[in-house]
Amino acid sequence: MEITQQAVSRQQVVDIILAALHDVLEGVAAEATPALDENTRLIGRSAVLDSMGLVTLIVETEQRLEADYDIVVMLADDRAMSQTRSPFLSISALADYVMQLVVEQSV
Amino acid sequence: MNDAVVLITGARKGIGRYLAEHYVRRGAQVVGCSRSEPDWSLEHYTHFCVDVTHEADVRKMVTSIHKQFGRLDVLVNNAGIASMNHVLLTPAATAERIFATNVQGVFLLCREAAKVMQRRRYGRIVNVSTVAAPLHLEGEALYAASKSAVVTFTQILAREVAAYGITANVVAPTPIETDLIRAVPQEKIDAIINRLAVKRLGRFEDVANVIDFFVRPESDYITGQVITLGGVS
Repeated sequence: MEITQQAVSRQQVVDIILAALHDVLEGVAAEATPALDENTRLIGRSAVLDSMGLVTLIVETEQRLEADYDIVVMLADDRAMSQTRSPFLSISALADYVMQLVVEQSV
Repeated sequence: MNDAVVLITGARKGIGRYLAEHYVRRGAQVVGCSRSEPDWSLEHYTHFCVDVTHEADVRKMVTSIHKQFGRLDVLVNNAGIASMNHVLLTPAATAERIFATNVQGVFLLCREAAKVMQRRRYGRIVNVSTVAAPLHLEGEALYAASKSAVVTFTQILAREVAAYGITANVVAPTPIETDLIRAVPQEKIDAIINRLAVKRLGRFEDVANVIDFFVRPESDYITGQVITLGGVS
């Protein structure tokens, strides 16, 4: 039951995160979903999510990476939490971190 | 339970096997797991050989369930091991083994199942504990401690996953005639039964009855609860 890794581009990862974030926001926000792009902040004062929303986004991103690309990653591990620059700062930072994990897995 | 997808750990024998047959009879698609293959098979039942302490294997199994059925509605964490011994005579390896299966295994299954369940904003998790914890049974310190951990874990999990429409509850059975207690001397079993309000061994049906209640769609307002059998409180 080995899971085969498939190549994924950074843009595809960004698209997955954006789609997941859109769905998460749609599920919690009463008002219209804000415009989302790579610079959208995920944590901090200008974040579009609360802490529970971030948990859901991380799980959704993991699930979609696995469903769409057979990529199995654990995004919120000890290493992610100890990074100087949080991988959950923005969509861009999260996409970079996913790509880093994917590259490491393929070595 | 029509069309519901139910995952039961420790399904090869005992309570797990009974529950697998019970939920197949009720129209569910049942997936079970255990470390070795069962010597039985059933229509609408799929078995995985998985050790619940192995993170990668647990993850692969839950992923397979999601891919095959597109959902997971119910998780029953029944797999568990016991080792009855005086604390002063218990090797550290035994403690590690008990906690790995009874606590870490439950955590891994709950985590992976809840990830899948949250996608449909619906899920029912039932973890199995024991009366050995509230009765503080001598000779079962590690087993009871591990099952106490399951209770606390479940109560906090219940709060963390409530927003996803997932409930998490605990059933704590009395001794039932299974392999777990077959090696226990009769006088010890009798002593336990004497401490129950209802003075008899438990039955598989008693456990299934509580789980049936927890997993009903109507039980969406019942979470973080422990139902102990036999009248123990």
